[in-house]
Amino acid sequence: MESILNISESTISAIQNLVYIGSSVLFILGIKMLGKEATAVKGNYLSALAMFSAVAITCLNLDIDFKIIIAGVLLGGLIGSAIAIKVKMTAIPEMVALFNGFGGLATFLIAWSQFNAPENNMFQHALIMLTIYIGGITFSGSLVAYGKLSERLKLGKGSLITNVLISFFYLSLPALVYVIFEPTISVAISTAIPSVSSYFLFFLGLTLIAGLGFVTPIGGGDMPVVISLLNSLSGIAAAFAGLLLENNVLIVAGSLVGASGLILTVIMAKAMNRTIGNILFVGYASPTQSTGAVEQGEVKPINAADAYLILENASSVLIVPGYGMAVAQAQHVVREMGELLEENGTEVKYGIHPVAGRMPGHMNVLLAEANVSYDLLAEPDDVNPVMDSVDVAIVIGANDVVNPSATEEEGSPIYGMPIIEVHNAKTVFVLKRSMSSGFAGVQNPLFFKENTRMLFGDAKESIGLVVSEFKD
Amino acid sequence: METYILLGFVLLLSIFLGLELIAKVPSTLHTPLMSGANAISGIALVGALMLSSDGQMQDALAFGAILFASINVFGGYLVTNRMLSMFKKK
Repeated sequence: MESILNISESTISAIQNLVYIGSSVLFILGIKMLGKEATAVKGNYLSALAMFSAVAITCLNLDIDFKIIIAGVLLGGLIGSAIAIKVKMTAIPEMVALFNGFGGLATFLIAWSQFNAPENNMFQHALIMLTIYIGGITFSGSLVAYGKLSERLKLGKGSLITNVLISFFYLSLPALVYVIFEPTISVAISTAIPSVSSYFLFFLGLTLIAGLGFVTPIGGGDMPVVISLLNSLSGIAAAFAGLLLENNVLIVAGSLVGASGLILTVIMAKAMNRTIGNILFVGYASPTQSTGAVEQGEVKPINAADAYLILENASSVLIVPGYGMAVAQAQHVVREMGELLEENGTEVKYGIHPVAGRMPGHMNVLLAEANVSYDLLAEPDDVNPVMDSVDVAIVIGANDVVNPSATEEEGSPIYGMPIIEVHNAKTVFVLKRSMSSGFAGVQNPLFFKENTRMLFGDAKESIGLVVSEFKD
Repeated sequence: METYILLGFVLLLSIFLGLELIAKVPSTLHTPLMSGANAISGIALVGALMLSSDGQMQDALAFGAILFASINVFGGYLVTNRMLSMFKKK
């Protein structure tokens, strides 16, 4: 290896390791500060500084042609920045999935390159295979998540392609075990077994297909869990690459990401009252026909003018947004309505369910974009105990997270899931495009309750009408 | 082997540290935390820079790894920053 400066290689490596320690500390502080509202922005800067110093000091000692590095970083920087600056806030979930996939792909390529490098001992060989597997699954799995979230990919559970892909996923597990122990097996049987490169290329392809099979059967409403899990996996892949390259900062940073993704995954799964295994490998049970039929009743539609009259006299209002608000891009007009209500002397709160939307904290980001102060946002545990003092609860494009079956009906597939209990409010407005059931395919008895009024139509238009009534 | 045991030690401690650090995060920050963590996973860029270069194949793999890790790093940090700048308390 050639060094740029005229000092010995061991000195360089000592300097690098010292800087890596500094970067690791900055990463730890950064991610800690990201977890608090007041310090989050600073935390992000610290972690960016940590990234910069780790990358810069690595450049002291390079084997790759500097031109390749400049080209890669410049081009990647341009593409990444362009996407980040142009993306609409409603498209954040699929963009996070995409970036995540690129991180996974990078570790996949790193491990591939290490495989081609000479002098692999058996432990390294196993690490290479594991890193390829995790990185590859993260990459192709994230692409599927991207496709599903941006609604470009419409492959459901049960279709033939999905089932084929799932079989490849299960096939990939024994394949992984085989390639990890391949050196031992080959030596034991004979040296004339298939040439190394062919089985390896087969494994690379299988890994990528397995990632497709891992995510394809998982439905849109379970995406918050999947995104968090893929996020965690990309960190674990980086940490394994760190073990492989014997690099501390990769291990520390990768583990932090792996841990934070894991925590979010657990939080999301708890908010659905399901285990991670159930979400990934089972999905929702199909709803039994009988439960749906009993609940049918008459829905009471309402128009915007009547809704306005009720809202004008309300002293406390709770707004419960869901994925429908994101689809209708209604967050700005919702904030406008909230402000008009406040001017009218009404107390306004927003009830945010942890799994509303398509990624953790999805609703919070949208409302923040629309300038809603974050101290108005409340979690289910805060709003449920005081629900009977709420005059009007306005459900905007949310369904399963306000479905009373979760608390009342033991046979329901979503029974036991913590919900926002809007049915206990004095009046409930449900804004909905049609009477279709939610992601879980469960009929929602909330729509037929005595105190529920349905405001059919596009959420943005409906609220826009209420807002114009207020202004007149 | 001894190196790997030491590195494994670092790995385990970092995971525990991460779990402790992030155990209690307000739901407002779930998305920024995820996106910020996503940017950090771009640390693979450091790994990509350490790769060896002999032959076109290795150069191509290194270029790909650097390219995709850079997209992850730049995109991740910028979008997290954009998102956080929207969170305001009145």
